[in-house]
Amino acid sequence: MTANVAAPSSERRRRARRRLLGRVLLYLGAALLALWVLAPIYIITVTAFSPRSVVYDYPKHLIPREVSAETMDFFVNSTGVLPSLWRSVQVALVTLALSTLIGAPAGYALARFAFRGRDTFRLAILSTRAFPIVILSIPLAVTFIEWGIYDTIWSVALMHTALALPFTVLITSSIFVSVPRDLEEAALTLGCTPISAFVRVVLPLALPGLAAASIFTFVLSWNEVFAAVILTLRERTLPALILAAITESPAPFRFAAAWFMAAPSLIFIFLIRRYLLGMWGRVSR
Amino acid sequence: MAEIRLQGVTKIFDRRVRAVDNVDLTIADQEFVVLLGPSGCGKTTLLRMVAGLEYPESGRIEIGGRDVTDLPPRKRDIAMVFQSYAVFPHLTVFDNIAFGLKMKKTPKAEIKRRVEEAAALVELSPFLERYPAQLSGGQRQRVAVARAIVMQPAVLLMDEPLSNLDALLRLNFRAELKRLVRELKTTTIYVTHDQVEALSLGDRIAVMREGRIVQVGTPTEVYDRPATEFVGGFIGNPPMNFLRGHLEREDGRAWVAIGEQRIPAPESLATKDGEVLVGIRAENIEALSEPAPDSIQTRVDVVEPLGSHLLVTASLGDQRVKVLARSDAPIQPDDQLWLRPEPGKLRWFDRETGEALGTRG
Repeated sequence: MTANVAAPSSERRRRARRRLLGRVLLYLGAALLALWVLAPIYIITVTAFSPRSVVYDYPKHLIPREVSAETMDFFVNSTGVLPSLWRSVQVALVTLALSTLIGAPAGYALARFAFRGRDTFRLAILSTRAFPIVILSIPLAVTFIEWGIYDTIWSVALMHTALALPFTVLITSSIFVSVPRDLEEAALTLGCTPISAFVRVVLPLALPGLAAASIFTFVLSWNEVFAAVILTLRERTLPALILAAITESPAPFRFAAAWFMAAPSLIFIFLIRRYLLGMWGRVSR
Repeated sequence: MAEIRLQGVTKIFDRRVRAVDNVDLTIADQEFVVLLGPSGCGKTTLLRMVAGLEYPESGRIEIGGRDVTDLPPRKRDIAMVFQSYAVFPHLTVFDNIAFGLKMKKTPKAEIKRRVEEAAALVELSPFLERYPAQLSGGQRQRVAVARAIVMQPAVLLMDEPLSNLDALLRLNFRAELKRLVRELKTTTIYVTHDQVEALSLGDRIAVMREGRIVQVGTPTEVYDRPATEFVGGFIGNPPMNFLRGHLEREDGRAWVAIGEQRIPAPESLATKDGEVLVGIRAENIEALSEPAPDSIQTRVDVVEPLGSHLLVTASLGDQRVKVLARSDAPIQPDDQLWLRPEPGKLRWFDRETGEALGTRG
């Protein structure tokens, strides 16, 4: 510190300038990255809410001339879109229910009990995500055909549950960790059984986080396309339908579909981002 | 009516660490016992076993003559105040205090009456509708206490309840807690590492070290007649002085030689090789500026004015002694100082084991 003070002022100014330059570069880089992600989203949004005639314009307009539901209307009323939308919602809800029922207890166990092999378990859970869906999907398709649930929402929901579980377990575990053990023990000394302590104390405190985890699962299922394409034929979920139709579809359909798929995820991820950061051990309260 | 009886209670963690090692302790009905010891001595683990939050590997725990060793907390008729307060953040002060009564399905009107009573006892009445986040640390602490006493438990357990409060608040709340517990007449176990808290609150103090109880006694007993060197060193501020000495007989009397000098020793004292530790508290030493019979000559190292007293550190060869002198005593560093222990205040310890030698009582 004292050396700094004693340094000649030109030296100090040079150092300050270098630091300033560093910051400028950092923010410039961050801005470029943000633009890389945000620009397409912006163009998609603007176009999706323009009249159909404008969609074909080139170059695209950065500032919307006229807001209209015409394009969206065209997409929503295209053949198969509404039934697929409904199926997607069903699949996402079933996935959400299953993965919460299976994942939350596992997350609670990881958070509260020091059992043997806990850290290995934590890692093993994550590593299941490294297993390619391609390899998983084909034998699963065969199995589902045997079970007679191929080409139904159940097969897709089961698959999505498998995909979502690692995240559900880890996120809920981080949520339960953030509820102090003392509170649960205090409830035990005040007449609670372990179950009523969980219901009356832990659950209310964990609820916002659990809701966030559910939304994450919902979005994951909502956006998942690969397994959905392999496991369904006629009973397409929305992403599967769009993927199948998009190459032969007119531009308005594409823009509207793209916006329709992206918007819910963006909104939800924005709402729950602090819980996702908490998953990696950051204290987010 | 609840006597607590612990017999051979042992808790082992990770198959190796004996956190609590074969503890026997009987706590009389309505008694306030403090478990005192450094961190990691097993005092909190012992308390948690009485609460039912941990189960012992062996031994027996009785509350009011009933064997509760394997019972869960809710069947033990206990209430506990946690170090972190553990106040439920999603409930109002009222609902926090009422929590236990609701679990017992107490009638609504009675809940209301008892919660208001308990809140009044800890001066929380104006805050019943607030959430814990809107309270200060001291107020949350009161919620935790009210939540425990409203249960009218047979046994009240407190785990360092004051350690998260700032110094002034702690001093005030300590006195309040003492009054409260005296009025309630509930059998209480109180865990702390703060010896001042232990001395000021306890009917009896159980000093723990490495999972064992080293000494149980009234504050005066534990302070004046520590059973081991550890107890003497842990309790009191400054801690008890310990001087290495050697027992001798000369002129038909017993003496203890400390360095080149000697002071009288009790006749009955004997160790294997004559080596002893002499224990004496700082306030039981007279500091004289001139030689006097039965005194030891020392040199002053440091003088620290404490307001009410001077804390003098003097050296005697390579040994150090802390002495409390009157705040107006003209003592300067490098002065010669003659120290005369008050007769009868000297304690004698085995140099190897640290155990007190047989002149107790």
